[in-house]
Amino acid sequence: MVPEDAQIIKGRSLWQDARRRLFHNKAAVVSMILLGTIVILAIFAPYLSPWAYDDPDWGYDFPGPPNFELHHWFGTDGNGRDLFVRTLFGARVSLLVGILATFVSLLIGVTYGATAGYLGGRTDNIMMRIVDVLYSLPFMFFVILLMVFFGRNIFLIFIALGAVQWLTMARIVRGQTISIKKKEFIEAAHAVGVSNWKIIFRHIIPNVLGPVIVYMTLTIPQVILTESFLSFLGLGIQEPLTSWGVLISEGAKQMESSPWLLIFPAVFLAITLFCFNFIGDGLRDALDPKDR
Amino acid sequence: MLAYTLRRIGSAIPTLLFIITIAFFMMRLAPGGPFDRERQLPPEIEANILRAYNLDKPVYEQYFDYLINIMHGDFGPSYKYLDFTVTDLITTGFPVSLRLGMSAILLAIFVGVFAGTIAALKQNSVFDYMVMGTAMTGIAIPNFVMAPLLALIFGVYLSWLPVAGWGGGAIAYQVMPIITLALPQIAYVARLTRGSMVETMNSNFIRTARAKGLNERIVVIRHALKGGLLPVISYLGPATAEIITGSVVIEAIFDIPGIGRYFVNGALNRDYPVVMGVVIFFALLIITLNLVVDLIYGFLDPRVKVE
Amino acid sequence: MLLDVQNLTTRFHTHDGEVFAVNDVSFHIEPGECLGIVGESGSGKTQIFMSIMGLLAKNGTAEGDVLFEGKQILGLSTAQLNTLRGVEFSMIFQDPMTSLNPYLRIAKQMTEVLVAHRGMGEKDAEKASIELLDLVGIPESKKRFRMYPHEFSGGMRQRVMIAMSLLCQPKLLIADEPTTALDVTVQAQIIELIARLGRELNMATVLITHDLGVIAGLSDRVLVMYGGRIVEEAAVRELFHDPQHPYTRGLLDSMPRLDDSSRASLYTIPGQPPNLQALPDGCSFAPRCTHTMEICRKQRPLLQKIAAGRTKACHLENVS
Repeated sequence: MVPEDAQIIKGRSLWQDARRRLFHNKAAVVSMILLGTIVILAIFAPYLSPWAYDDPDWGYDFPGPPNFELHHWFGTDGNGRDLFVRTLFGARVSLLVGILATFVSLLIGVTYGATAGYLGGRTDNIMMRIVDVLYSLPFMFFVILLMVFFGRNIFLIFIALGAVQWLTMARIVRGQTISIKKKEFIEAAHAVGVSNWKIIFRHIIPNVLGPVIVYMTLTIPQVILTESFLSFLGLGIQEPLTSWGVLISEGAKQMESSPWLLIFPAVFLAITLFCFNFIGDGLRDALDPKDR
Repeated sequence: MLAYTLRRIGSAIPTLLFIITIAFFMMRLAPGGPFDRERQLPPEIEANILRAYNLDKPVYEQYFDYLINIMHGDFGPSYKYLDFTVTDLITTGFPVSLRLGMSAILLAIFVGVFAGTIAALKQNSVFDYMVMGTAMTGIAIPNFVMAPLLALIFGVYLSWLPVAGWGGGAIAYQVMPIITLALPQIAYVARLTRGSMVETMNSNFIRTARAKGLNERIVVIRHALKGGLLPVISYLGPATAEIITGSVVIEAIFDIPGIGRYFVNGALNRDYPVVMGVVIFFALLIITLNLVVDLIYGFLDPRVKVE
Repeated sequence: MLLDVQNLTTRFHTHDGEVFAVNDVSFHIEPGECLGIVGESGSGKTQIFMSIMGLLAKNGTAEGDVLFEGKQILGLSTAQLNTLRGVEFSMIFQDPMTSLNPYLRIAKQMTEVLVAHRGMGEKDAEKASIELLDLVGIPESKKRFRMYPHEFSGGMRQRVMIAMSLLCQPKLLIADEPTTALDVTVQAQIIELIARLGRELNMATVLITHDLGVIAGLSDRVLVMYGGRIVEEAAVRELFHDPQHPYTRGLLDSMPRLDDSSRASLYTIPGQPPNLQALPDGCSFAPRCTHTMEICRKQRPLLQKIAAGRTKACHLENVS
């Protein structure tokens, strides 16, 4: 850290600067490459292997270890289905749930936080008290209650997960809105007659965007983790659909005899979570220059 | 301080009431009654069961009955374990879960604070990178992956520890569950401690303490730790919630007779009273602990009292 | 001589290269005198004393000689420094709001100094501390002694800071912009307090400030700093009446004055403070100077003695 009075002012834009810093962060770059690979594999999963995700291979063991001649690169599961394809289909579900639920949380969180921050005063007070109260609730159990009462439906899963993940987002957006509302440059823009819309698009959105993107990157793994948790307990995704949580759960039951059933999906899940966390951390460091 | 305490208790009660209400009405709104699987029963018997569970009364009466019963510690009978009440299940399972949870939290605090503090004081050293790398692993690898992996390595391959079971509470049976439960929390606490200690060590009052010629040990222990550990204290609330959530899956994996296992079985069998009872019990626990944590915080940070 | 600084150079290593905060600075302080140090932010005035106190940020290094009562103190280990800091010389800082530990009572923050350096018991240390609170003018000192910093106003906190720094009767008190964060009305009181304590306790004081007005009535001698270097040194009276460096002149002209109604608007020195990562070969003030000559851009003017107790670093013969 350079003491304040030795700091030099630089004329680079925030985003250029952030991108440069992000690409200097090795962990984040490697994570982006790995995650990109997983996403591409998940998208093209049906074309990468001769096996389907829900058809057993009657000519091989139930379950069978990895076998390259038969193109069972990760082996087969207890029902003779190819684990490579199932892991990638699991990736589809896990990533989709992660992204959609995060989007739901973004929608609720940004609306709620921006409203509270913009209106301020008593409304803001009450709205934030509610968030505080909700914070202290055991949310995982609420999602489980939902699953128990209303059945295990994939749409319900991501809506429920999104609905419980918006609290922090709301707090972040509210804080940003308030701090920006007070900023001199906004007042200055107002004073010289810049229109409200221009202020919102030129100044407020770019300023709120940074923390929101960072938090989104950190919410996705959170949601994937929660989904896997539920699926692991048998309360999430149901057969024949699969997700990493389901696969890990099945793998854990047979780990003594067929460890590959546990190891492959677990490695994929762990790598994905790692990557999102590193990218999130990288983005945060890149967008928050004071932390340099 | 007293006013602060009362105010905090005052806000805890509506929260709990809110949870109970939501849970209760969610259950009533659930499609398909709780007795879906017993449809073959003759109508008279089903009516009897309905009456026994108070399901023939109007909903608001059921709600108030339920509230009053909960206040007496009565969560109703289990739908599946016909000889047990929910309260029975909770009182049998809780001591086991409590033992696991408390050990995990204590382990997380001690190891996390220690590692995080050293990492902060030796910022950017090899130790720092090691701690932060391990912490990242602890956070990224979920406990339901870690638990089977550890069981595979230490239970199956090395045979150092029993793979699963409770063994009447023998230490050997507790080691892996406690460690897997604590790992993510150790990681969070270490990261939190490091971040906050780095910030504190760069703060002006630490510069003042150094300018006063105090030795570095006093600077760290007396001046930095108190402020530096406040975020850890406030994390203890969420940490308990995390540990409780984690215990559900850990107990299922290691086949431990705690509340978590009853809860999962209840959820899988749609045993509504058990699921609701456990959720409410957990909520009560979490809210109480949050309250305690807040009070400790208020006690440690002199600025809280004035507000 | 109480403090003798020779060729002090302080650098910070950053991701973007070296920052030269203090460049080859030499000066001394006599016992009991009040030395003023003036300069814009970034002129290195604070970092000189951070170097001396051993309080540089981790990426900073200081070279040169700093002799306190003839003993080299630059490069001492923390343990050795701790026998001097807060004992022989003390420092108070700009922001009294954050300079006190918010989690500890004033009592603890004061007595711990006496316990550490004087080996006093808690009782004696408390008595001595309360006496000092009285000395710096804190009302109801016995009661306030038990309070936390947030229960004090800014001015009162700075008084506490001063009392705390005087606990071991240091020979030198360094005050780094002690009034910048305070209300205008409180500023004068604090400055007067520091000056009075300096006189009464026969303690040398250093007043670091960006505001010449603060120094005017109090200092004996003034150092003017620019770009990490001393550009002029003079007795305070001479500096005000006959500034020899164009920068000093600019600083004086940019001060509001009650006795001069001829100027409608305040003068400001044009341009930006120098980039400490790439100081020019010539005079670092040249880009902003109104008297720039050919030589100024090529050759850096050295600090030269121009009269008894007066030096300047400028090629110009006579500014006025």
